Amino acid sequence: MVTNSQTETTHTGMKGAEPVILVQEVHKYYELGETRVHALRGVSIEIARGEFVAIMGASGGGKSTFMNILGCLDKPSAGRYLLEGIEVSSLSIKELATIRNHKLGFVFQGFNLLSRTTALENVELPTLYARISKAEGEKRSREALALVGLADRISHFPSQLSGGQQQRVAIARALVNRPSILLADEPTGNLDSRTSVEIMDIFQKLNDDGLTVVLVTHEPDIAQYAKRGIQFRDGKIRRDERTENQPRASEVIKHLPSLED
Amino acid sequence: MDLLAIIRIATRTLARNKMRSVLTMMGIIIGVAAVIAMLGVGQGARQTMQEQIQAMGSNLLFVGAGTVTRSGMHMGWGSTKTLIYDDMLAIMRECPAAQSVAPGSSSSGQVVFGNDNWATRLNGTEPQYFDIRSWPFQEGSSFTQNDVEMSANVAVIGETVRKNLFGTTDPVGQTLRINNLPFRVTGVLTPKGTSAAMGDDQDDIILIPLTTLQKKITGQPWLRWIMVSAVSRQASYAAQQQIAGLLRDRHRIRTGDDDDFFVRNLADMADVADQAGQVMTLLLASIASVSLIVGGIGIMNIMLVSVTERTREIGLRMAVGATEGDVQQQFLIEAVVLSLMGGTAGILFGLSASYVITKTLSWPVLVSPVVILIAVVFSMAVGVFFGFYPARKAAQLDPIEALRYE
Repeated sequence: MVTNSQTETTHTGMKGAEPVILVQEVHKYYELGETRVHALRGVSIEIARGEFVAIMGASGGGKSTFMNILGCLDKPSAGRYLLEGIEVSSLSIKELATIRNHKLGFVFQGFNLLSRTTALENVELPTLYARISKAEGEKRSREALALVGLADRISHFPSQLSGGQQQRVAIARALVNRPSILLADEPTGNLDSRTSVEIMDIFQKLNDDGLTVVLVTHEPDIAQYAKRGIQFRDGKIRRDERTENQPRASEVIKHLPSLED
Repeated sequence: MDLLAIIRIATRTLARNKMRSVLTMMGIIIGVAAVIAMLGVGQGARQTMQEQIQAMGSNLLFVGAGTVTRSGMHMGWGSTKTLIYDDMLAIMRECPAAQSVAPGSSSSGQVVFGNDNWATRLNGTEPQYFDIRSWPFQEGSSFTQNDVEMSANVAVIGETVRKNLFGTTDPVGQTLRINNLPFRVTGVLTPKGTSAAMGDDQDDIILIPLTTLQKKITGQPWLRWIMVSAVSRQASYAAQQQIAGLLRDRHRIRTGDDDDFFVRNLADMADVADQAGQVMTLLLASIASVSLIVGGIGIMNIMLVSVTERTREIGLRMAVGATEGDVQQQFLIEAVVLSLMGGTAGILFGLSASYVITKTLSWPVLVSPVVILIAVVFSMAVGVFFGFYPARKAAQLDPIEALRYE
């Protein structure tokens, strides 16, 4: 499926690594009465395992549409999307749900936690739809919560947690089924700057451990923590380059004023 | 997701909105309780009716004098004078399905004993009448065939008459006056109660020898009725035909003309009464089930509200891997859990209501396990039926739109 010419023409984050995401000439348009609205006009991207990609662009630039396609929530109108070698555009709705469950982890701007449901139960949610036992699901959920530093908050309800903690629960939920890719759509949009950096710290650490992270943001401050930046404009990729000398979020936090100040 | 997990989640979701869930269940609770109580009342009434008809003797046939039309005027049942004692003898002789027969005529009379008096039905018959109707005596005994031949002034009284005239006095051997004629009481019949099929008090009766009634009270030599007992319940249908045929012959009724008598079969009446009971039961139950449907609509309404409220949750579940089937199942099971819990509570309420009806109205209420099973199945079906549309709606949400829903 992956041709050499394709590999050469598109940017590769890690030479020789297996591509997790391979997008070729993807178009997406919506029919609105007589007019056809083009959201994506021929996007090609290859993302290798272990990359940390920030997708940027003004609203209406097509980054959300692209994210929905990457997240298997939407199908391209034309072009191909291969996720770990699987041709996604040919899958049924049910198969897409299974792909989302097994291979993708979502983090949203608004956290999207179930209220009046404990942190642990929120994290367990994706395991309910996976073919794993209840005990295994609970074990993994505790591990995921420990990984984001919330081991002592498992029985708390979202209303009892701060925004940053809620987003960390959401990240734990995204990780619980051990996905190939973590997709984060404006994960820091609702958070203050210090908490935002804390979240980026978690992403960086997860990425260090080999997780592929794709992040949508319109804040350059946030995008700088990624290893690669992709700029969308008018449904096309305008810029795609590696970020040089990205800061370590863990270092940045030390110089930020804490909430008490 | 396994079913148990979904049920647990559904129960917990419903528990989060306790007030709303209980109010929604209320419709089903009332519906199921009403259906159970009404079916119970209907079944109880049916059973009582059957028992009473059985008590009258299911092999019984009643031959009555028919109606006659004179110069365009309908004279009413019993107005013919064609049913005679010889007809009875002929039935006994020529109808193989008839086991025994008793002739009879009816009148009414004012009965006096001491300072008390009572107006009652007065029947003249022969002693075998009590055997045919399987009507035992609580005291004394029947008058004899000899009394009939002698046109003796002897009487058998029913329980109602005994109560009203004699009170605590032992009536046997006492003399009471019927239309100013003195009669000696030979026996008191056991109470039979109110007949469900006819609705009259069967114990409000005095029976005297047929000949005494005919000669001393009515002056009419013809019969008003003949009681026939068939050899078996099955044979009662044959007996009915045989008697009808025989009487048409004896009364020389031409083909095409109406009978001047009628033959009623108690087995038939039992069937009719049973059907009436069944119709009543169905009617009651269908009225009650209207409230079940209303309850179902309540569930549908709340489920639709729930789907709208939880649009983001649905979007999220889909994003983390729930299939359309998973979402549909979740909402469907929530609706079914609602209706089943309502159904269970409804059964308890229905049983209590039945118990209260039995105790306070002394009306027999019969709640069979089948009815309870039907109630459970029905309330579940209500949940599935009325939960399906909201669940379908939830399952068909677009996850992208749902996640963005405010």
